[in-house]
Amino acid sequence: MSIELTHLRRLEAESIQIFREVVAETENPVMLYSVGKDSAVMMHLARKAFFPAMPPFPLLHVDTTWKFRAMYELRDRMAKESGMQLLVHQNPDALARGINPFDHGGLHTDLWKTEGLKQALDKYGFDAAFGGARRDEEKSRAKERIFSFRSANHRWDPKNQRPELWRLYNTKKAKGESIRVFPISNWTELDIWQYIHLENIPIVPLYFAAERPTVERDGLILMVDDDRFRLKPGEKPVMRSIRFRTLGCYPLTGAVESHAATLPEVIQEMLLTTTSERQGRAIDHDQAASMEKKKQEGYF
Amino acid sequence: MSVYEPEALIAKDIDAYLDQHQHKSLLRFITCGSVDDGKSTLIGRLLYDSKMIFEDQLAALEADSKRVGTQGQNIDFALLVDGLAAEREQGITIDVAYRFFTTEKRKFIVADTPGHEQYTRNMVTGASTADLAVILVDARKGVLTQTRRHSYLAHLLGIRHLVLAVNKMDLVGYSQSTYDKIVADYAAFAASIGIAGFTPMPISGYQGDNVTTRSAHTPWYQGPTLIGHLESVELDVAADQAKPFRLPVQWVNRPNQDFRGFAGMIAGGTVRPGDKVRILPSGHTSTVSRIVTFDGDLDAAVAGQSVTLTLADEVDCSRGDVIAAASDPCQVADQFEATIVWMAAEPMLPGRPYWLKLGTQLVTANVQAPKYQVNVNTMEHLAAKTLELNAIGVANLSTDRPISFEPYSASRDLGGFILIDKLTNATVAAGLLHFSLRRSQNVHWQALDVSREAHARLKNQSPAVLWFTGLSGAGKSTIANRVEKKLLRMNRHTFLLDGDNVRHGLNKDLGFTDADRVENIRRVGEVAKLMTDAGLVVLTAFISPFRAEREMVRQMMAPGEFFEIFIDTPLADAEQRDVKGLYKKARSGTLKNFTGIDSPYEPPENPDLRIDTTKVTPDEAAEMVIKLLFGEL
Repeated sequence: MSIELTHLRRLEAESIQIFREVVAETENPVMLYSVGKDSAVMMHLARKAFFPAMPPFPLLHVDTTWKFRAMYELRDRMAKESGMQLLVHQNPDALARGINPFDHGGLHTDLWKTEGLKQALDKYGFDAAFGGARRDEEKSRAKERIFSFRSANHRWDPKNQRPELWRLYNTKKAKGESIRVFPISNWTELDIWQYIHLENIPIVPLYFAAERPTVERDGLILMVDDDRFRLKPGEKPVMRSIRFRTLGCYPLTGAVESHAATLPEVIQEMLLTTTSERQGRAIDHDQAASMEKKKQEGYF
Repeated sequence: MSVYEPEALIAKDIDAYLDQHQHKSLLRFITCGSVDDGKSTLIGRLLYDSKMIFEDQLAALEADSKRVGTQGQNIDFALLVDGLAAEREQGITIDVAYRFFTTEKRKFIVADTPGHEQYTRNMVTGASTADLAVILVDARKGVLTQTRRHSYLAHLLGIRHLVLAVNKMDLVGYSQSTYDKIVADYAAFAASIGIAGFTPMPISGYQGDNVTTRSAHTPWYQGPTLIGHLESVELDVAADQAKPFRLPVQWVNRPNQDFRGFAGMIAGGTVRPGDKVRILPSGHTSTVSRIVTFDGDLDAAVAGQSVTLTLADEVDCSRGDVIAAASDPCQVADQFEATIVWMAAEPMLPGRPYWLKLGTQLVTANVQAPKYQVNVNTMEHLAAKTLELNAIGVANLSTDRPISFEPYSASRDLGGFILIDKLTNATVAAGLLHFSLRRSQNVHWQALDVSREAHARLKNQSPAVLWFTGLSGAGKSTIANRVEKKLLRMNRHTFLLDGDNVRHGLNKDLGFTDADRVENIRRVGEVAKLMTDAGLVVLTAFISPFRAEREMVRQMMAPGEFFEIFIDTPLADAEQRDVKGLYKKARSGTLKNFTGIDSPYEPPENPDLRIDTTKVTPDEAAEMVIKLLFGEL
């Protein structure tokens, strides 16, 4: 009698193997925790990988101060529930300069996220960082390695990536170099949702439809999450039944109109929907700002 | 085979859909072909047909097709996956791109390798994780050099399921004779390199013939569609789970003093609590206590699962060790023959130490000059002093300490390795272990010296091991002594290894734990083996309680020279005799780990001779053994 492993169990086993390999072969790993659904799955897998021990690394939230309030709530709740140490880093320079998504456009992402991440990795001396990127997110990510190496100044050298054969990962690195590791590379958006459903993983309620105060700008439905949201003259928040397919800084994240209030309904909508996931993120629409270029500069 | 139309179910009953999709299996495959074979078009078609394309992507695809496509006003599916030209301009290393799609039966991960220079390196990487390979052939061109190269590499990497997709059938008028000829050509070639079987099919990636739906243009074709085959091809799940158990230990889980778990992904076989296991390379044995997971303990775990095991004994075990079935452990060696695929611009340097990573083991390895290089286009063997980028060769290598392994043909996880440059840290090669060199070297070495045959001839006898096993006090030593005396009178050269005596010398450092008992038997086995090499008839009287070790000793000896003799005395009788007063001590608790009392005895299932001491006298028993030895039983 053989035991049939479903695709989700095989993906789970692969991710767990990756987590353990990094912990066994690096000195000071960390998990980047962005509070989104991919982070939620990643954290769940990490807890499985090291059970009954706690995952032997902290969570790092590179905060922009502009996330949805519901994200901060879930972040703190999950850190408490898992018992994992939560490190929150806010770029002091961006804080001092009052960098915000309304006035500073691309600089907002660059300073808070890209620079903030580098600062945090340097500050704690992490030599490996788990991230939740998936290969199905877009064409350029399809060829990404699971282990991605960065120089001492966090540059990605695309010409010098290592082949990944079997389940063998070469984690050797020079002093100062670090690795970004993507344990859920082979999961698709559907896999993520199915797994959340199957495993009952807590996610931010913003993924479910509810009546929320919104304004419409440049074709994006934005949620007015707190009183820092600058309304233009004549602009008035309107209550709409919305939900989010992806979560980031609230003034930059577009919602979709929806009545999907349960997980199966969300999955149903996702399967029948006709726009791909990253459309909701303003960052990808930036003129020619390809993912490739951002990665070379150190964006996760 | 019907078109995949999930929308109806999704819209009607999402819970039923989710339930169905939670029970899908996973198939990883690789597509092999160069630009002209229509590989990108086929992959694009698979994604498109399985509804894995969103409307915004589709809009972009339609616009791009009109702008830069090669199919006129029609959709150019290749544009869905290509985008490689731009990447080349940016100087990004492209080796393998992974695409994902799903049907109601399976999730698929497609390894797509660009078919130009660097092809060997890229295809080997993509093939290393694939269960199946789709070999694309252009129907207008037939079997080409590159078809042979792709097939050779897929076969080399151990892919057991090959699909020969004869593509662009629309461009040859769906001609059956064209198709039949290509299939026949390919069959002849496949047989010549040892490919056991393949599944041919006539398709058109561009028109969609026999991809998702059966084509009306090929009524002469009765086989499955490509998707139909991918969905239904039997994976090697049952075979993998029936293999002997192997767990390369990744990480030791020690949250507190009371828990010590060994975490890893099972490389082969099935494990259950209570299974006897051996830790390699040390050889210590123990028993699996629990299979621990976040979702509760498991009754069984199988190849491909990531688990944490706890063991019944405090045995040494750490990252790099392999926990294996005690009765069928994997081999341990430090010299090998291997196929090496060189993947770095810097050529291989024979003699230079590289890191070798195999499973969770990391050692230093020296590769000797290649015995030969393989021409991947003709499969000819060429003389070579080194291996350059994309070269494949066969060479011997040695490691600075023994590693646990299996031939690649038996296990990808324990037979596939990478070499890492110690200075640049780059992955410079992939390797496939063939076998260890030790055994073949020994045979060679003995053949030159005074051989064991010569020793035996001088004594005018055939060497043998008479292995007496049974409970303490069963009568092993008594009977063995009588046998030896009889053999002496027959002018036989013998030696009796007695358990108690050996423990006064050779094995005085060993106690009576399971691990020590195993080591005790291993050493006695090695000594007995040396004595048979010297031509002696060896008698051994050891409790030897475990089947696995008795089997191990049998394996050490030359075929036909090992006789397992079970001195079968019921525990009650042995205890009543209690010649040495040991049962009394064991019952009173002053003697621990006593076989039959608080340590198990596993009786032989198929001994060469079973002696029931309640029915025969020691002398009669000795006579039976003599008859066994001379083949008169």
